[in-house]
Amino acid sequence: MSGDHALEWLRREGRIVIVGASLAGLRAAETLRKEGFAGSLTLIGDEPHEPYDRPPLSKQVLLGHASADHTELPRRRGLDAQWRLGVAATGLDMAARRVRLADGDEVEYDRLLITTGVRARPWPHPAEAELDGVFVLRTRDDAARLHRRLAASPRRVLVIGAGFTGSEIASACRERGLPVTVAERGAAPLVGALGGVIGQVAAELQRAHGVDLRCGIMVTGLEGDSAGRLRRAHLSDGTTLDTDVAVVSLGATRNTEWLAGSGVGAGPRGIACDAGCRAFDIRGIVTDDIFVAGDVARSPHAIFGYQFLSLEHWGNAVAQAETAAHNMISSSSERRPHLWVPAFWSSQFGVNIKSVGVPSLGEEVIVAQGSLADHRFTGVYGYQGRVIAAVSFDQTKWLEFYQRQIETAAPFPPEYSSVDRRPEGLRPVPADFPDPSLPTHGPSVTVSGYSPTDQRITFTPARA
Amino acid sequence: MTQDTLLRQITDYANRADPYPLYTELRKKPVRQEGDELFVVSTYWEIKSLLHDPRISSDARNLSPGAAGTLLQEEEASPLPPAFLRLDPPEHDRLRRMTMRPFGPPETPRRVNGMRGELARIVDGLIDGFGDRKQVDIVDDFSYPFPVTVICRLLGIPREDEARFHAWADTIAAGLDPDPGGDPGEQRRATHEARTELGMYLSGLIDERSGAPGDDMLSALVTQHGPDGRMTRMEVLSTAALLLIAGHETTVNLITNGTLTLLRNPDVLERLRDDSRLAVPLVEELLRFEPPVQLLPQRTTLADIDIGGTTIPKGASVWLVLAAGNRDPKRFPDPDRFDPDRPDIQHLGFGSGIHNCFGAPLARLEAQLALTALAQRLDAPRLVEDPPPYRQNAVLRGPRHLNVSFDGLRS
Ligand SMILES: Cc1cc2nc3c(=O)[nH]c(=O)nc-3n(C[C@H](O)[C@H](O)[C@H](O)COP(=O)(O)OP(=O)(O)OC[C@H]3O[C@@H](n4cnc5c(N)ncnc54)[C@H](O)[C@@H]3O)c2cc1C
Repeated sequence: MSGDHALEWLRREGRIVIVGASLAGLRAAETLRKEGFAGSLTLIGDEPHEPYDRPPLSKQVLLGHASADHTELPRRRGLDAQWRLGVAATGLDMAARRVRLADGDEVEYDRLLITTGVRARPWPHPAEAELDGVFVLRTRDDAARLHRRLAASPRRVLVIGAGFTGSEIASACRERGLPVTVAERGAAPLVGALGGVIGQVAAELQRAHGVDLRCGIMVTGLEGDSAGRLRRAHLSDGTTLDTDVAVVSLGATRNTEWLAGSGVGAGPRGIACDAGCRAFDIRGIVTDDIFVAGDVARSPHAIFGYQFLSLEHWGNAVAQAETAAHNMISSSSERRPHLWVPAFWSSQFGVNIKSVGVPSLGEEVIVAQGSLADHRFTGVYGYQGRVIAAVSFDQTKWLEFYQRQIETAAPFPPEYSSVDRRPEGLRPVPADFPDPSLPTHGPSVTVSGYSPTDQRITFTPARA
Repeated sequence: MTQDTLLRQITDYANRADPYPLYTELRKKPVRQEGDELFVVSTYWEIKSLLHDPRISSDARNLSPGAAGTLLQEEEASPLPPAFLRLDPPEHDRLRRMTMRPFGPPETPRRVNGMRGELARIVDGLIDGFGDRKQVDIVDDFSYPFPVTVICRLLGIPREDEARFHAWADTIAAGLDPDPGGDPGEQRRATHEARTELGMYLSGLIDERSGAPGDDMLSALVTQHGPDGRMTRMEVLSTAALLLIAGHETTVNLITNGTLTLLRNPDVLERLRDDSRLAVPLVEELLRFEPPVQLLPQRTTLADIDIGGTTIPKGASVWLVLAAGNRDPKRFPDPDRFDPDRPDIQHLGFGSGIHNCFGAPLARLEAQLALTALAQRLDAPRLVEDPPPYRQNAVLRGPRHLNVSFDGLRS
């Protein structure tokens, strides 16, 4: 069979299996059908629910503005797919092209797409994690449980970790009028994702909204009563805190364990793939029938020196899924690279935060527009003399411009005059990211540098 | 064809009814220099990127002295300070934010939708007012009085004053629409007088509302005391005047252009009559296909900007031809076709970026309700004259009259 025929056959009657039935999985399935894939399509998901949207879970759902079971993702077209929901994939036989399921079933594929995403990193002490009142927030069920508990007016909520999710949870609690303590190991909230300069603004925001923010502090233990209910937290400064709800927001772990031993290049940092979303095998050789997309993927990005990026961004999951789906059923000359410029948004304490590019690569930051003191500004990050990222607080409408600046490797610091440039925005300052060699709680973007000229791929161990 | 004649042809009244072939010509060069300090941008991506470019200013004070001459004269006639439309951040952002508070999300998310019932009643009342006529002028009898009435209600103009308001609005609108045969000096005087009277009237109303605020936007602007502080009296005045004028002059054209387009596309008209849900995508396509604001002539550069193969120098006057960008074949397939089923319709009809049309949610709803009501209630409508006579104005382009005949009204 010639290549063309094989492709035609695949598009007409091939079998495509998608493991991970959430945002990336659904969008990929829709794209496959839209681009004319007529064969059999199977979506496997370990959650019992139809694909739903996660960003509202830490925002509208916690505020009670939306119910956790009304966050389904809109379906843009009929899919005519077999749904295997509530059953996990437990293994993969690459040679036989077969996915093993937890219920003992096996599903054969001609092309496989892996979109298993990440899960919340649990509290490291299993017994303490079991206490009634200790929560994580990743799934719809997590959100429903936490919302119920917040609605019961706990005396105080402790949020452990002030990344984006933790900060959003703290914000929702304050909006509900609940007393909140946030404990963050780093020097400021969001410091891993946006650096210390912008982190200071986040800290001011939290304090202005009545959060009891404690930075440079670790929670060392959670203590329950005899009935197994959380009562108190112990902190690294020797103090204790009376609390009946703790939300563990320590970042995420990639769902790759099920691929152990399969030969796919999967590790704790995700599954490495090429810019066309084709997975690497463990030897660093690209596969031709296994594709990856979304939070679980690590892919090289041309704009960022071909570094492998792992992004936990909604927009990335959508764009990468569409690219993967297209490439799965296209000949090599028609394949497209995943060239999406990373972008992320968050809303907390009444502020709209949005970033483009990869802030954590930034060495320096300049307030290009607005003012940090007003909590309304656009910060631009520079890396080796070029613009590498931008973040805005309540100023999203300029970001498109900075995205172009990133794409065209515009010089940093920007020299031109612009509207709303203030005196503080005339000189860059160090962006103040934590030393990457020290462990921090999973920033939403992690970057590690393996250029395509590197001979092989090795996964660095997970951070503590 | 030289560059100079192209822009002149666009502003030439003779081409008002169909400027689109000229826009096609214009797009051959995305950025065109017209004279020393005027640059015309006509392609979608270039316009979009300039609308998000912080090196572009809306504040006329940043124009170089040479470029300032090309400004529209409308502003000299205004006794009020520039409204936020003509300001840059941070002043722009503060005033726009304060104006948004009583108008839309996050603070007042339901205002526009809450007016739906009232808007539908106004529309129906106007159509009932056609009586047993078999021909009406859609502009004078419908698409003009509708938004003016709405903006009066929104601002909180007492019903008994609405008529005076219509008269001032008429005169001011006429000032934007110079009569080629008339005396320009006389017209400018009349506009100035109307603006002054309107200003004095609003000023009196502001006094009243400060003492006894109601549920209207003017009261909210007067009494607001939020995180951004208060608006000064002059700021309230210029904001109210902006809402009044920008708020209806454009919607008139949107509804009239919409009616004209529907009558030229009877299959779409029929679909709309049978399914009012079509109104939503249809109005979006309309904003792409026949945008009421054809171009933004009010931007200037704070630095040299390289774009579309040209360097626009600092201080130049930049005209963004939204209507040409909306029909850029590099952005929209088959752009000269009116197709309400387009899946991808990120038009420039409301601009983009920080000056993105403030009244867009209201304009959308007004146009959706107005066009649906016309489609449902006019029996066998047809154009009396195609093309209809247009207003003089090339920027706010739309028919001056739109005579439509029909067999009768459905109830
Ligand atoms: C609370 C919260 C708020 C967020 N807010 C924002 C935001 O404001 N902005 C933003 O850009 N992003 C936000 N995100 C991130 C965004 O939701 C993710 O980037 C996106 O969900 C990634 O989609 P995905 O399909 O790759 O992975 P996921 O959504 O994680 O989906 C993976 C799916 O695969 C399933 N799965 C895992 N292993 C297996 C297996 N072995 N077999 C079968 N199924 C399996 C998982 O249960 C899951 O359903 C937020 C995330 C959370 C949790």
